[in-house]
Amino acid sequence: MFGAQLRIALLATCLADAIFPRAAIATVQLLERLGHEVVFPNDQTCCGQMHINTGYLTEATAIVRRHVEVFERAGCEAVVAPSGSCVGSVRHQHAWVARRAGDALLARRAETLAARTYELSELLVDVLKVRDVGAYYPHRVVYHPTCHSLRMLRVGDKPLELLRNVGGLTLLELVDAETCCGFGGTFAIKNADTSTAMLADKMACIIESGAELCTAGDSSCLMHIGGGLSRLRSAVGTVHLAEILASTEPAHPRMVRSQ
Amino acid sequence: MSTFLGTPGIGNLRGDSSFPTAARRELANTQMRRNVGHATRTIRSKRLAAVGECPDWEQLREAGSALKRDVLARLPELLTELEHNVVARGGVVHWARDATEANQIITGIVRACRTDEVVKVKSMATQEIGLNEHLAVHGIAAIETDLAELIIQLAHDKPSHILVPAIHRNRSEIREIFLREMPDADDLTDDPRVLAMAAREHLRRKFLSAEVAVSGANFGVADTGTLAVVESEGNGRMCLTLPKTLITLMGIEKVVPRFTDLEVFMQLLPRSSTAERMNPYTSMWTGVHPGDGPENFHLVMLDNGRTAVMTDEVGRAALHCIRCSACLNVCPVYERTGGHAYGSVYPGPIGAILSPQLTGTRTHDDPNASLPYASSLCGACFDACPVKIDIPNILIHLRAAQVDAERHGLPSGQDMAMKAAAWVMSSPRSFAVAEKALTAARFVAGTDQRITALPFPLSRWTASRDMPAPPRESFRQWWKRTQSAIQA
Repeated sequence: MFGAQLRIALLATCLADAIFPRAAIATVQLLERLGHEVVFPNDQTCCGQMHINTGYLTEATAIVRRHVEVFERAGCEAVVAPSGSCVGSVRHQHAWVARRAGDALLARRAETLAARTYELSELLVDVLKVRDVGAYYPHRVVYHPTCHSLRMLRVGDKPLELLRNVGGLTLLELVDAETCCGFGGTFAIKNADTSTAMLADKMACIIESGAELCTAGDSSCLMHIGGGLSRLRSAVGTVHLAEILASTEPAHPRMVRSQ
Repeated sequence: MSTFLGTPGIGNLRGDSSFPTAARRELANTQMRRNVGHATRTIRSKRLAAVGECPDWEQLREAGSALKRDVLARLPELLTELEHNVVARGGVVHWARDATEANQIITGIVRACRTDEVVKVKSMATQEIGLNEHLAVHGIAAIETDLAELIIQLAHDKPSHILVPAIHRNRSEIREIFLREMPDADDLTDDPRVLAMAAREHLRRKFLSAEVAVSGANFGVADTGTLAVVESEGNGRMCLTLPKTLITLMGIEKVVPRFTDLEVFMQLLPRSSTAERMNPYTSMWTGVHPGDGPENFHLVMLDNGRTAVMTDEVGRAALHCIRCSACLNVCPVYERTGGHAYGSVYPGPIGAILSPQLTGTRTHDDPNASLPYASSLCGACFDACPVKIDIPNILIHLRAAQVDAERHGLPSGQDMAMKAAAWVMSSPRSFAVAEKALTAARFVAGTDQRITALPFPLSRWTASRDMPAPPRESFRQWWKRTQSAIQA
């Protein structure tokens, strides 16, 4: 499929849209650089994961319905999100929520849509068959595999493969990489002490790695890790995987759009 | 004809405070955190190696899960079959609706034996019903013979792990407990072997004198009437063979249809629990045999909320649990809070779905109502579970049940926040309005664009984490601007 131009709908995710736009912008820039068309269905809001995971399934059903309708209308070959957890929700929760609400038709539509919805590294490696996206990012980086990308989507080594092919980038090892950072959505608020204890251990491993930056495929986990590192006034920052992959050497042809 | 839907479980299934409160207390115990962290880390890596040896592990998990589904689908029939076969081979079967009945039945049997001492095989069911405390009230001493249970008993502590009840204690603490509580123990070092030998000496006398033993059961086989206990230390084997009377307390969900089904579980359980290919002692007994083992055998079948759990089609999968504790060992929450934070004798991820279902949750203030939220939904428990219990999904299911049960009352702060968020997500217009409103937060941020303090409940976030200031331009604003630039 590599080489063929795809029309890809961007699920920006509510968090990236409102707080971390650079992750969504980088996703657009990267895919356009690879020669694909990106559309942003403007009616989208959120995948509903926060409502689902907090137990508000009635409210979530309406959000799921909106999500399915908006992205069906977009009529694209693929939907991409710079988030493992939002795609995890689309793929593993939407149909369940619809079925629980007694809407079998919506459940089937959600399944059909989920089958062409991908997390960024999945889209690149599995669909676009690209491992070297031509990025250049001269920094020392550790990668934190977020729980939902790891255990709901099973993205495995895909993000690492993409990072290994980034020019100038030094990929460092993260001890206990597969342990949760303690975010967990409303868990970070409802069980703030436990969440912080988990975060403390995650940060210790990140700092110990000697990295300048911690990257991941989810803005939410990065908000948590980054928020903790910032509170410690640590010298380690956070950056979304999409931002690394979108970065190029100054000499490279510039992207169509710029921020 | 009405259907019996069961009564709520009682006993040691509920703590005094909510999980967040109890966790806050436990997190301050730095010694416990190092002990549990070290132990779970060790077991985790060993389990991965033990499981990695089985090329058919996923099929085994699938088989275990299918067997358990089958058991729950025809539980009454299988329990009747088990009862019939136990009785046919000389055992006596008792049925206990709840912890109180089970305690009364067991106490009655012990009294009829005219003894004031029983030896015990490690058993979660007897911990669940608080048997030792009940026996003590009636002047009967229950002696735990599992090393870790003995440590807990001597320390007047509570178990904090399903398999390794004293996981929160290290060897120097154990040495102090032994020195304090064992009359004959002196001159002990913290060498594990020295400690184990001291316990062995302490227990040996009890094994030889006890007239009655009490055990739990890992499995009860319907088609043969066989009971099975797996263990590591041999203390179980002593209890199951030496005393004249054996009383076994078994949760009704522990029944399996056929003897051959044990083939699956005997592979799944040791590798998942102790990371062993095979546990050192597997004891199975079928009825009584003159001159060989106990002369009297009593099987007490315990409901204590299990029938009530059966009525929930999603939640009932919690009854598939074979008590291996793999989910505890991989859980990042359990690893930090330890088991006591969960209040119930069943801690960790499985406890978070089992305890609130067994007891039912009366109100929002019920400590067990907080358990389904005691998880970041990281999913490590589901991956580790040998019978594929989808714990994260059941956690969400129980959260939803809690939210729905409270819909008619006064809305909580969370309700209002979630409803407001649902409104925001209901259309792009409202979402854009919210994004604009968010921009106002830029004024809260310092010149370094860091937000370090927010009002309640977000103060719980900013107590330990900063928030970045919202961007000048949201993604959709950027898209609109650049898109129109392209079109122009």
